[in-house]
Amino acid sequence: MEEVTIYEMGSIYRDSFRVTGYRFGSGEKTMCVVGAMRGNEVQQLYCCSQLVDRLKTLEARGLINEGRSITVVPCVNPYSMNIGKRFWPTDNSDINRMFPGYGKGETTQRVADGLFRELMGYRYGVQFASYHVPGQFMPHVRMMRTGFESVEDAKAFELPYVVLVDPVPFDSGVLNYNWQIWETKAFSLYTQETSRIDRGSAMRVVDSVTRFLNRIGAVSYDGRAGYVADVVDEGHMACVQTPEAGIFEPLVEVEAQVSAGDVLARIIDPYEGCVRHEVVAECDGVVFFRHSDPLVYAGTVVFRLIPIGEFKAVAQQ
Amino acid sequence: MIEDVVSIKLPVDEELRIRKNRISPEGLGPDAKRICIVTGTHGDELEGQLVCFQLAGYLRANMGHLKGVVDIYPAINPLGIDSISRGVPGFDLDMNRTFPGRRDGSMPEYIAAEIFDDIAGADVCVDIHASNIFLREIPQIRINELSAKELVPLARYMNVDFVWVHSAATVLESTLAYSLNAVGTRTLVAEMGVGMRLTLEYGDQLSRGIISLMAHLGMWDGPVPEVREPIISVDRKVEFINAAESGIFIPRIDHWKGVQEGEHIGDIVSPLTGDVLVKIESPCDGVVFTLREYPVVDEGSLIARILKA
Repeated sequence: MEEVTIYEMGSIYRDSFRVTGYRFGSGEKTMCVVGAMRGNEVQQLYCCSQLVDRLKTLEARGLINEGRSITVVPCVNPYSMNIGKRFWPTDNSDINRMFPGYGKGETTQRVADGLFRELMGYRYGVQFASYHVPGQFMPHVRMMRTGFESVEDAKAFELPYVVLVDPVPFDSGVLNYNWQIWETKAFSLYTQETSRIDRGSAMRVVDSVTRFLNRIGAVSYDGRAGYVADVVDEGHMACVQTPEAGIFEPLVEVEAQVSAGDVLARIIDPYEGCVRHEVVAECDGVVFFRHSDPLVYAGTVVFRLIPIGEFKAVAQQ
Repeated sequence: MIEDVVSIKLPVDEELRIRKNRISPEGLGPDAKRICIVTGTHGDELEGQLVCFQLAGYLRANMGHLKGVVDIYPAINPLGIDSISRGVPGFDLDMNRTFPGRRDGSMPEYIAAEIFDDIAGADVCVDIHASNIFLREIPQIRINELSAKELVPLARYMNVDFVWVHSAATVLESTLAYSLNAVGTRTLVAEMGVGMRLTLEYGDQLSRGIISLMAHLGMWDGPVPEVREPIISVDRKVEFINAAESGIFIPRIDHWKGVQEGEHIGDIVSPLTGDVLVKIESPCDGVVFTLREYPVVDEGSLIARILKA
C-alpha cells in the first residue's frame, strides 16, 4: 500500500488541506473508490476505512492481482468533516457540484480539478454517496442514465437493487456523471446511513466492492455471496408522502416487505400526542427509503417503496 | 392584495407561507400584462428587500398610472432570511438549484414547483439577487447567452451600469431564471451590492429601472425615469482574479473604478508574520465591477472581476 497526497492546499491558520489516497497494486488503473465528499458523510468515510483495511489484508496475503491497481480516497473534504459542517467551510459550496473542476477557478473548483485529474483514466469508479434529504436507504447501486451506464456491471456488485435515475440539471457537476462522460464506468453505492455509523450496512458494501474486484480480476478473493440484483427505475417507485406535519413515528424498517393498506408510520401531534395521520402503503412493496428525522414537514416523501407482485407491472406502465 | 403562493405545515405549531403582493388596478382585461419581481431566494441576500419596499409603496401611491399586474415576491426563502441562512435551513439546499421543482421531492423542491408555476406565463420576471457576503457587485443584469437575443433589449431599460452576457454553464440550468426562460417567461437576473446589507443607492437605481421597463412594456403611463446606458459585455471581455494563496485580503482600490494593467489592486497578507504573501496587480486595463468584500480568502477565492477596456 502506498499513501499518496492527491491534492494539497495551504491555509492561513489551519493545517494544510489534503486529499489523501491509498494505492494498492500496480499497473492498469482498475478501480478508484471515493468516500466522504461532504463533511457529514461519516458512514462513507467509515466504509472506505474498512475497505482500506480489507485491501491491506488482501495485499499482505498476495491476493491483489498483478497488473491491477486500486485507489481508495476515504475523504475529499477533511476541512468540513473536522468542523462538523456539510459543505466547504467558508463559502458553503459543495465539492460534488464542481466536477470536472477548474484549476484556475474558485477554491472548491480547484479541489475538484485536482482530484479529478487523479480519478480520470480508471476503468471503474465507485463513490460511497449520500442523499440530500435525511433518510435511510436500502443498500443499492445507483446509476445515472447518461448513455454510458453499464447495468450488467452494476449487477456484479450483487447488492439487492440497481437503481436507474434520469440526471437532473445539477447532476452535470457531480463526480459520477463526469466519470461516466470521461469513460470511467461509474457507480454510486448507498448504505443505510450518512452521519452515523452503521457497521452492518457498511460491511455489506465493503463485501460488495470486494466481490466486484474479484469478478473483474483485480483481486483473488470472492468473499461471502451476494444477491441477484433487481434493476429498478426510480420513476417506478411509489412515493409515500405525508399531508400532515408533526413528529414522525415510523413503524417499519428499511428493507421490510409491506402490503397495500399497511400502516407504515404515524404522524403525531407534537403538543397533544394524538395521531394526526397514519401513513399507509398504497401497494405491496419493499421499503427502499425511509425518512429519518424525528420531525417532518407536510408534503414530505417519507417512504419510497419498490412495488412487488401485481403492483410492479402497474408501476412500470 | 396579499396572497399565499404556497403554504406548508411545519412540525411544531407553525405554517410556512410564501406570499406575494399582487398590485393591479381594477378593470384590467384578460390580456393585461404581468411582471413578477422576485427576491429573497438566498437568505443572506437582502438588497432586493429595498426594491420590493420602494416599488410596492410607489405603485400603491400612483395606481392611476398602472396598466398591468405587478406581482411582488419579497421572500421565496423566508426561513433562510429569518435565520441568515443562504440555503434552505434544515436541508442545506440552495433554493436556486431546485427549479423548476418537483411535487414528489423534498420540501424546498415542492415549494420551488409551486413558485415556478405561479410565475410562469408572466410577460417578464425580474429575479433580484445581492451578491453573497464575499463580493461587492455594481448593479448589473446577468443574461445567459442562450437568452441574449430576447433579454438584452429589455435589460437596457433596467437602469443598471452593466449587462453581462455569460456563457451557458450547465449548472445554471436549475436556477429560477434559466427554468423560466426555458418555458418562454422572459426573466432578467439582477445582481447588486453585497450580502447581508442594503445599499440605498442601488435599491433606488434598480427600482427606477423596473418602472422604466414597465413603461416600455405598456404597463405604466406615469413619469418615466431616465435610465443610464449600460455597458454590455460578453464573457470574453471579463477577466477573473482569484487568490493565489490563503490569507487576509486588503483592497488597495475602490469598487467600480478604472484600473490600468499592472496597477496595484490589493494584497493578500499574513497577520501572523506581517508578510505580504501576494501583491495583486491588474492583468489588464479595465473597470473593476466585482471586488472582494470579505477579507478572509482561501486559495482560489475570487478577488475581483475586471471588465476589460
